[in-house]
Amino acid sequence: MDFGPHLLLASLEGAVGAAVLALTALGLSLVFGVMRIVNVAHGAFFMLGAIVAWWVADALDAGSALNFLAALIIAPLAAGAVALVAERTILRRLNYNPESTIVATIGLLYVIEQVALMTYGPDARPVEAPWDFRVQLPWFGYSGYKLMVIAASIAVMLAVWWGLTRTRIGLMMRATQFDRETARAFAIPVDKVYGGVFAFGAMLAALGAVLVVPIQQAHYLMGNDPLLLSFIVVIVGGLGSLRGTVLAAVIIGMSDGIISVFFTPTLAKIIATLVVAMILVIRPKGLFGTQSA
Amino acid sequence: MADKVKSKRIRPSSGISRRRALAGLGAAAAGGAALSALPGFVRYAQAQSSAPIKIGFQVHRTGIGAAYGRWYARTTQAATQVINEAGGINGRPVEIIAEDDGTDPKRGAEVIEKFATQHGADVAYGTLFSHVVIGSAPRAGELKIPYFVVSEGHHVASGMLNRYTLQPGITDVKSQVQSMAPWVASNLGKKVTMIYPDFAFGHNHRDYFSAAMAAQGGEVIGKIAIPPTESSYFKYFPKIPRGTEVLYHVMVGPGVLTFVKEMGEFFGAKGPRIFGFIDSLEAVNIASPGLEFLEGSYFWEGHPRHAQASSGKFDAFYRAKVGVDANGASLDDPKDIATYSHMFGCWETLHTIKRGMESAGYRGPGDRAKLIEAVEDIKAMEESQAHPQGAKIFNGKTHQVFGHQFISQVGGGKLNVVHKTAIEEGFYKDEVDYTKQPL
Repeated sequence: MDFGPHLLLASLEGAVGAAVLALTALGLSLVFGVMRIVNVAHGAFFMLGAIVAWWVADALDAGSALNFLAALIIAPLAAGAVALVAERTILRRLNYNPESTIVATIGLLYVIEQVALMTYGPDARPVEAPWDFRVQLPWFGYSGYKLMVIAASIAVMLAVWWGLTRTRIGLMMRATQFDRETARAFAIPVDKVYGGVFAFGAMLAALGAVLVVPIQQAHYLMGNDPLLLSFIVVIVGGLGSLRGTVLAAVIIGMSDGIISVFFTPTLAKIIATLVVAMILVIRPKGLFGTQSA
Repeated sequence: MADKVKSKRIRPSSGISRRRALAGLGAAAAGGAALSALPGFVRYAQAQSSAPIKIGFQVHRTGIGAAYGRWYARTTQAATQVINEAGGINGRPVEIIAEDDGTDPKRGAEVIEKFATQHGADVAYGTLFSHVVIGSAPRAGELKIPYFVVSEGHHVASGMLNRYTLQPGITDVKSQVQSMAPWVASNLGKKVTMIYPDFAFGHNHRDYFSAAMAAQGGEVIGKIAIPPTESSYFKYFPKIPRGTEVLYHVMVGPGVLTFVKEMGEFFGAKGPRIFGFIDSLEAVNIASPGLEFLEGSYFWEGHPRHAQASSGKFDAFYRAKVGVDANGASLDDPKDIATYSHMFGCWETLHTIKRGMESAGYRGPGDRAKLIEAVEDIKAMEESQAHPQGAKIFNGKTHQVFGHQFISQVGGGKLNVVHKTAIEEGFYKDEVDYTKQPL
């Protein structure tokens, strides 16, 4: 294949990866920014979203478009509910202590993964894309659904941005992030904000997973890669900075796609990890971070 | 207040006192006694000779081999039932002890160890994924426990493993691709690009198919290796060189359906001709949405998934016992597609273990060496209830069996056999003589 079309394909693949990664990493970044919690179970919520999506599609069996639409609504709600229960019953009782919550979320990761293995099983199962539409370019064909994933991800991110900056709830979240004690003094229900943010973070991960499931199939171990990449993105972008997270997701996702296509996927992972190490050395705050990692 | 804190610290938080522990042990012992008094246990509580033959089954219950593991387990269960109903082995019942290896080589070696030392298994059996076989076989050799693999890898016949590792139930990749190459070269094209998983099994395909094509005057112009844990494949397709006449694909792992679908998205209707190993679509319905582009393409099959007019009564018997319908799906769930081209190996291997043990007069782990020698002496295997896939010839020196291969064309959502190779087409020069190694 010539260089031009090859680059186009690499960019498209990178953009799809970046779109899903941005959603997942945004959830992780929000949770860290507001609650100061490193949520190791984030990948498990991602996987949960995909598995619930399969369950919904399988149970409903009402045509691929309706199945997918239902999954798009139900799966994030289910993941959010699990996250909310975990937050109320575990994290709150640990007083959101940074060290304890890391260990607790590692435990949560194993619990969710094993429950998925015991109930859903070890197989990879596909959810049909809502439509079967293939774009034929002069050099190669491309899945129309993948293009929709990019658009959907941009739309969700714009909505999150609008919600954070233009709504009352967003204001409460930002106030809590800025200073928990002062926010409480201004009668902001910090406790409820925490619960909501943790659930919302999980919902973003689950949403990313529902978008990815027609491309990749649902599998109980599928959360590991997104978790690693999300951490990389959050560190590169700057802990707690949403702007940095989105920008870093685009950079990491695109470079991952392009390096994978022209060289090998292994090299792409090596380079991404190297970038993190360099950023931690040269600019510990990340691109837009307000405090050091 | 201070007293309270103190007393709290002294008391063990788990709440298990010595008295309770003793009571628990007593109850367990009583339970055990009660259990052994049940009718089923009487039989085995007598002499050594009526105790069951224990076969340690190393199964990929989780990890990337899970779909194969599920069907290997079902086939093993069905074969064991058939063998036991016919009187077992040497009049003793067969008992399967299954342990999950997570499709992980390190865990695989531990499982072998458990079979030998903890479960007191007579033999170990049943592994598919080649990296698990390669990780486990050295331990089996050290523990001197016969290890019957159902793996397809060339590592048994290449001499890489040891005298305790045998593959009497399924043919190896070298033999498979060697008998495919002439047909591919004369019917599809001579310029081939290969896509294969980047581990031992895929490397077997790469090396031996390239050599076999060269022998046919063909050429492999592109070799694309994909990590078996990959979940997105689109990025690999641009690497297919221009001028490729035949695309040869073989893929394993949870992402196989995605792999084939993305191949269709990439090429549409105007790609090169496609020849695949059914591994790329084992446990996947060939009529899945997104796979329409495969119509007219060809697959290697080890054992035809869709019942053919030429399939005999032995295949029908085997199919019914394992619980597979004429379309290769589970009788209980038409969405659950079998790994039909591989799992017959479990059925046949268990029958070969039976044959070996009976001709060796096997009585217990002390006779393991005799069992190895007895299996090495086996030559012809007739198509029969024990060998429903077809006749085979076993090579005792290389510990590898040879058999027929099938080429099927996709048509109307089914795989229709268009060619069956002769056993001899898969022969190659011996690369090892395991019988010269000490037992």
